[in-house]
Amino acid sequence: MAGGTFHGGIHPPDRKAATSGAQIERAPLPERLTVPMSQHLGAPCAPLVAKGDHVLRGQVIGDVDAMISAPVHAPAAGEVTGIVTALTPGGIRSVCVVIAVDAEQDRDAFVPVVPSRAGVDGVARAAGLVGLGGAAFPSAVKLAPSKHTPIDTVILNGCECEPYLTCDHRVMLEAPERVVAGARLIAEAVGAARTVIAVEDNKPDAVESLRAVAGDGVEVLSVRTRYPQGAEKQLIFAVTGRSVPGGKLPATVGCLVHNVQTAAALADAIETGLPLIERVVTVSGAVGRPGNYRVALGTPVSALLALAGGLTPAAARVIAGGPMTAQPLGDLDVPVVKGMSGIVALTAAEAAPIVDADQPCIRCGRCVEACPMLLHPYAIANYADRRMWDGCERFFALDCIECGCCSYVCPTNRPLLQLLRVGKAALMTKGVRR
Amino acid sequence: MSEATPAPVKIAPADMPPIAGARQVVAGPHIAGTVSGRRIMLLVVGALAPAALWSVVCLGMPAVIVYAACVLASVGTEFAWNAIARRPHTFMDGSALLTGILLAMCMPPMTPWWICMVGGVVAIALGKMMFGGLGFNLFNPALVGRAVALLSWLGVMGELKPYAGGWLVAVPDVAAVGKFDAISGATRLAVAAADRAAGGAYGFDLAAQYPALLLKNLAGSVGEVSAALLIAGGLFLILIKIVDWRIPLGYIGTVAALSWAVGSDPIFNVLAGGVVLGAFFMATDYVTSPITKKGRLVFGIGCGLFNAVTRFYGPMPETTTFAILFMNGLAPIIDRMFMPRPFGWVKPAKEAKADA
Repeated sequence: MAGGTFHGGIHPPDRKAATSGAQIERAPLPERLTVPMSQHLGAPCAPLVAKGDHVLRGQVIGDVDAMISAPVHAPAAGEVTGIVTALTPGGIRSVCVVIAVDAEQDRDAFVPVVPSRAGVDGVARAAGLVGLGGAAFPSAVKLAPSKHTPIDTVILNGCECEPYLTCDHRVMLEAPERVVAGARLIAEAVGAARTVIAVEDNKPDAVESLRAVAGDGVEVLSVRTRYPQGAEKQLIFAVTGRSVPGGKLPATVGCLVHNVQTAAALADAIETGLPLIERVVTVSGAVGRPGNYRVALGTPVSALLALAGGLTPAAARVIAGGPMTAQPLGDLDVPVVKGMSGIVALTAAEAAPIVDADQPCIRCGRCVEACPMLLHPYAIANYADRRMWDGCERFFALDCIECGCCSYVCPTNRPLLQLLRVGKAALMTKGVRR
Repeated sequence: MSEATPAPVKIAPADMPPIAGARQVVAGPHIAGTVSGRRIMLLVVGALAPAALWSVVCLGMPAVIVYAACVLASVGTEFAWNAIARRPHTFMDGSALLTGILLAMCMPPMTPWWICMVGGVVAIALGKMMFGGLGFNLFNPALVGRAVALLSWLGVMGELKPYAGGWLVAVPDVAAVGKFDAISGATRLAVAAADRAAGGAYGFDLAAQYPALLLKNLAGSVGEVSAALLIAGGLFLILIKIVDWRIPLGYIGTVAALSWAVGSDPIFNVLAGGVVLGAFFMATDYVTSPITKKGRLVFGIGCGLFNAVTRFYGPMPETTTFAILFMNGLAPIIDRMFMPRPFGWVKPAKEAKADA
């Protein structure tokens, strides 16, 4: 029986009120778009255009022949002014196509996608679809039908358990029919008997709006509000009561999880041929005008912040995504990418304290209690701190989903998540597989 | 063995220049809970406060001296240690304050101030700082201090000068039961033990002692004046989730069960002596108790077992200190008994079967 929740987790202040009522607003195009060739997990694309080329909105500008990848399309019509290497939000440098946007253009016209293979996954691939919840895993890979691991349950993730973020919430409110259409398409593609849209119970209006259009065969399930409810394994457990074995994919237990915005984008791609060139981004926190914006990919974060009224003087930290898992931004000119669900400006008071001295573990056990993977984060962190990698392995460091609950609850603010990442990286470098 | 050496923990990617207005570029998570280590320590101190204040009201100046000497010595030692070792100061983190108060609460009220001071110095220096400070000590610092003071000055520490004429029930009248004035520590536990040894010849009514033990017990350590206030403080800590109920429940439950098994009054045995103070405030010390839930239950039961067995069959009835110190030593081993089973864990040998 599904419990509607999961083990462990935390309950951070959600701070969503500033934007949960803000209708999605379409952001104007900037003068220049910087479109990274690597906006997804997997092989980076190679640019298919050269300096001086004129591109149309929706035209493929980057692709690669690799299974785990997603092509990149021009988010607006314009002229390619260069192929450069530039910083991306994740802190790594990527090859980017820079487009000088045409002053005059039809913002709704686009070059429809041409799938190279049949099926929903073919369209998803051609449309450059990736997980829009933040992980940016190429959707086509998950949608490809497999004989070995039949899927009986498709779960759309509308939990949006990260504080501040409301972009999924707004999409569920403003375009529930697209979300439901996407859900049906995915379920059909993989032949699932059960289709569930899971929404945290702090968004009753989204549940209502989805239920109004869901019709037969699509369940809208209200799950308990608790971070990380939107983590794949935790969500599957909450909805179906099944536990994904360590190191295995959700398909092992017959489940497939996609984000609600991804489903909506898939519906668009299939019905109209629209590739993934825009996404809804929540801009919140210490900004003049918090809101939800539909932004062309490649738009500089600084332009988006300017649109949202700019940073207030109190803003001390700008992050790309929800505060639990986001990367910090050191450079505000990085472009908006497919996996960016939000831009949040935190004040020094809201932000986690920066601890410079080594704080001791007082063995209070809060991290053990909070860990949704039932790990002992304190132990892994202690081993990682001492470079005792076999200890990390013995305590199942590779099962860590990097949700950050341990760091959040730590009374002495030990950098637990960071140490766990170090331990995981060391184990993977040594070739240890989960 | 070829050691893979990944990059050290880097807080900010080197190639990210600081930006105007928003300069913090640090690893996530970017928000944190509000419970700090210091807040935890101060909440525990707050939970002890009613019992401590009540003991001062009942015992007067002697208790004030014990509290002052223990706290001063504890906090002062932590300050001095860090000053000499040239380490960042930690005496304000609330931990030394708590150690001092706990130490005072397990000292007899008439303990000379200099023994209290020695206890405080030993507690912090030997019990904590020598291991590396907060978080690294194996044994409860307050109990280390108390054990050293007790064993060093057994005569002085054992000699409880009872306050005659109690508030609800008079303290056990030692003179009336004759022989006992020679026994060190005429606490109710000592009287009960002697009575048991004599086959109940003195007719010491255990049930009649409840009100005194709960509300105003002057024949015992400073902190043992009111078991009711200690229990209230302990329950408060459980309620606000600072203390895991498993340790006190395992501890007190085991003491009660074993008392019943040997034919003594379970409630008397829980309320008398240091069991309540130990179960709620000493055994639950984070650093020196297991971190796993199951481990905590085992730890609590172990404390109760050791405490009860030594109380009934040992040379002296007041053994809470040694029960907890003994279990402190076992805590790391207990934790090793309960390795994590990650969510989605599959028994390695049966993995193939489970998948099929």
